[in-house]
Amino acid sequence: MTSIARDTSWPEISFEERIGTAEFRIHERAHIVVDGDTCRGCSTRECVVACPANLFVPTSDGGILFNYENCFECGTCYMVCNKEGAISWSYPEGGFGIVFHRT
Amino acid sequence: MSDADVIVVGAGPAGSCAAIAAARAGRRVILIERGPFPGSKNMYGGVVYPRILDELVPRWWETAPIQRWVVRRSTMVLSETGALTVDYRSNAWGEPPYNGATAYRPDFDEWLSRQAVAAGAQLVTSTTVTGLLRDASGRINGVRTDRPDGDLSASMVIACDGVNSFLAKEAGLYTATDPANFTLGVKETLALPKHVIDERFGVRDDQGVDIEILGGTSGVNGGGFVYTNLDTIALGAVLKLPKLAAQKKRPEEIIATLKAHPAIAPLIEGAEVKEYSAHVIPEAGYSMMPTMVTDGMVVAGDAAALCLAAGIWLEGVNFAMASGMYAGEVAAAAVARNDVSAKSLTAYTDKLNATFVLRDHKKLRKVPGLVLSDRVQQKYPAFVTSVVERVFRVDNPQPKPGLRRIVREERKRAGIKLSQLIRDGWTGLRGFG
Repeated sequence: MTSIARDTSWPEISFEERIGTAEFRIHERAHIVVDGDTCRGCSTRECVVACPANLFVPTSDGGILFNYENCFECGTCYMVCNKEGAISWSYPEGGFGIVFHRT
Repeated sequence: MSDADVIVVGAGPAGSCAAIAAARAGRRVILIERGPFPGSKNMYGGVVYPRILDELVPRWWETAPIQRWVVRRSTMVLSETGALTVDYRSNAWGEPPYNGATAYRPDFDEWLSRQAVAAGAQLVTSTTVTGLLRDASGRINGVRTDRPDGDLSASMVIACDGVNSFLAKEAGLYTATDPANFTLGVKETLALPKHVIDERFGVRDDQGVDIEILGGTSGVNGGGFVYTNLDTIALGAVLKLPKLAAQKKRPEEIIATLKAHPAIAPLIEGAEVKEYSAHVIPEAGYSMMPTMVTDGMVVAGDAAALCLAAGIWLEGVNFAMASGMYAGEVAAAAVARNDVSAKSLTAYTDKLNATFVLRDHKKLRKVPGLVLSDRVQQKYPAFVTSVVERVFRVDNPQPKPGLRRIVREERKRAGIKLSQLIRDGWTGLRGFG
């Protein structure tokens, strides 16, 4: 790979700051449910790489920690998942979830 | 009596145009939106081409909440450090009757939904449709919502519920969904003062720029985009789902690499991320489309995979608006003659077949696959840019090597067989019609 000085003259932001730029109206009911047992046996873990909101986090004991709250409702996770029934996906209650403004 | 003649699910561009058309034809229309306001769930990678609105909203450009009119359309091919750009400019596109525009979807979709309300449709927001209702014969005649006592009945339903379309799936209109047919779009809305954007992109007033990028997506098949809003720049990447998952690079890392490219970085220097967003795109075109009609329901917009991702043409909102409009017209006529059977509703498919909606898609049906193919994605950007690099590099006292020799050497260096290049070129020429 060619090594050329990359220009990064803009403020670097953490993932928390990045996701903090989007508005989420959080409902108490989780609209996505992840089956921890199925995920424990999964070695490929496509969701961990692909979820743009980084909601699938591997845990030290071999499981997957999932949080529905900052979800873009895009559908990537259930589409890339190759484990039948691991991800139960639906939309949040009306009026809740992601609210885009300048997209 | 049913709650409505026509229930439209989803107040995006397809749903609002369906509601306008059906309401104008005198039908009672309920337009259901799960977000707190239309557009609140929607983002896109670019540009809206509203010409089709001439029929529904005459002189739409006087009221539509656009950011900038696109007067510069660039296609950029990126290698690791090089960039080849084809840039077309026409200031005429910045004057009536206009061509393409950048707009925030929450603004644009909300504006379009107000046209539906003005036409007489009843807009119901903050309401998620959770399933379809059917009569004894199996014909769809309403929807279930998450409201208390939330069943709504109608003569028929128009499903404009977006790329995930659980309604089209529930109705059995998709036989299977292959993740390879979808891409993930991720985007940063980057804030800069308007005069800085004007200077960097060579525009003024409400003139705008749309740059579509091949390469620069860290080896994940897809593409990038940069376009100007009034005081923000939208920058993002479109990433083929299985490749994204397989290559172990996270979307925000791919964006960061794209931003740092020498051809991109100066455009966005000093810009702060105002909003990060993501959405899935139905990318594969004609080959992935569902059956469009069933007894009591038709499908439009992204729900019907009506998104054109054909390399130099990247369109979706116009296909959504057109398919929605035709769906609304056909639904209104079908309700009027009291026949909403699938057979009666094939008038919708006929209309799509007779217009740009499916004519473009059929003509270009081979292009999305070609554009996202491994050769076009992984090999051609480096090949093309290195040819141009050598053509314009003056290696005196060496004489010029000649174009044919450069092409042959760089093609071999990139690992592209001549037969493959010819075949892809032929597919491209034929595919682009």
